[in-house]
Amino acid sequence: MSTETCPLPLADKAREVVSALYHSDSRRVFATLVRLLGDFDIAEEALHEAFAAALEQWPRDGIPANPRAWLISAGRFKAIDAIRRGARMEALPEDYEERYAAEGGDPARAETEELEDDRLRLIFTCCHPALSVEAQVALTLREVCGLATEEIARAFLAPPATLAQRIVRAKAKIRNAGIPYQVPARSEFAERLDAVLRVIYLVFNEGYSASSGATLTRGDLCAEAIRLGRLLAELQPEPEALGLLALMLLHESRRAARTSPYGDIILLDQQDRTLWNRALIAEGSALAQRALVSDRVGTYTLQAAIAAVHANAPNPEATNWNEIVALYDVLLRAEPSPIVELNRAVALAMRDGPAAGLAVIDAIFQRGELTDYRLAYAARADLCRRLGRTEEARAAYLRALELTEQEPERRFLERRLQELVG
Amino acid sequence: MKYMLLIYLDEKALSESERQDCYVESTKLAHDIAANGQYLAANPLHSVSMATSVRVREGKRLVTDGPFAETREQLGGYFLIEANNLDQAIEIAGRVPMARKGTVEVRPVIDIPQLPAG
Repeated sequence: MSTETCPLPLADKAREVVSALYHSDSRRVFATLVRLLGDFDIAEEALHEAFAAALEQWPRDGIPANPRAWLISAGRFKAIDAIRRGARMEALPEDYEERYAAEGGDPARAETEELEDDRLRLIFTCCHPALSVEAQVALTLREVCGLATEEIARAFLAPPATLAQRIVRAKAKIRNAGIPYQVPARSEFAERLDAVLRVIYLVFNEGYSASSGATLTRGDLCAEAIRLGRLLAELQPEPEALGLLALMLLHESRRAARTSPYGDIILLDQQDRTLWNRALIAEGSALAQRALVSDRVGTYTLQAAIAAVHANAPNPEATNWNEIVALYDVLLRAEPSPIVELNRAVALAMRDGPAAGLAVIDAIFQRGELTDYRLAYAARADLCRRLGRTEEARAAYLRALELTEQEPERRFLERRLQELVG
Repeated sequence: MKYMLLIYLDEKALSESERQDCYVESTKLAHDIAANGQYLAANPLHSVSMATSVRVREGKRLVTDGPFAETREQLGGYFLIEANNLDQAIEIAGRVPMARKGTVEVRPVIDIPQLPAG
């Protein structure tokens, strides 16, 4: 009987260890299995078989010395076994014989570095530019973060069937088009890293400022994006990876202060700064600083630096607008875009007065840009209001209202409109 | 894996001398990748004004002039290559001279058994 070789409390402990490992390490084991088996679906199946085997054997035989290596070996043998039984011939990669023979011995004994590389391989494969951005996002959340398809669908307010199909198609493209499971070559690295950062930031933004729907934030997506950002910063501490993580942490630090208990928007200068998360601000500011002194300062780092200036001001009046405008100037050179210009205009209005900001916004409109962008009208309205140009403010608020699809934003704008009347 | 690199471009985008330069550069690329065992075949195509479309409907063959679809960019040539993976194929596609003017579409080739040896 199993309880004779392993007393019950130990068996319980073993089951706890399996469960904890599943949460902490299953995607890591998966990343290595994809390399060893050459196929996402086969690796996913092998992963589950490995954990099932652990659940069966560890309570009886004890916890192995290197549990992760054990799981990788078990998964690999289960997959080979299934292949020998002919259960999965149809989906097998062409080179499976070489692949399995070449690995020889115990694949899990490979260098730690190689195993860490597997997680990078997984991230880069999921964010391969041959996949659509929507597919990259869905696949990354599914395969790297291990979210269930239903969870992803809920977060993106999409039907689960649509998400499932998107993921199935992406995996089929990886297989059929031969998207390699590798960290990109030096020559492509910067561009490919940008794609990964974009996916992570998209996930974060979807969580932070849902573009439609009844609630402003969906915290789970922010948490996943930050987790991904941490993983990437740990595996590949490139300045922009640090910059993006810093930016997300600094945004996240204000979560509790961004909305009222009724879900209404509270603007930065109205927020209760005691609600800001100091630990996240400290971590984000330090990361931004680290990225800022590198020789490759990118746009995420510059945005993080701007967020850090806000986050470290004890009150709105003490904000160093001079520094913020200067950082926007650098950002605008790095990434000329009307949205950056708009944000710079708002900072400029704080430094030099509303008229200066308004002139810049009107110049953007005159070029025919941002004429469908709700936040540009909201900013114009606010500056007109401060200048006492009530009629113009009203018109701009109304235009912003027309363009918004977000419930809390709509309520915010309506409130502002009523204040104008009153 | 085999990949077909389909080269699309606006036929009016090239002058005659540019076209000749393109042939020279493409021939060099073909030799370069042949040295790595990655070359299978390549050809430019005559313009779509030389094209004939053939359809068989209800057993009846219909022959018409011109390409199947009117688009801004037309199929102007191809490379058939051997590559280990998509990244390698993309790397070669990026060296096709017409990638600078038109679009190179990278399509994995399906291997079906019992075709005659090429």
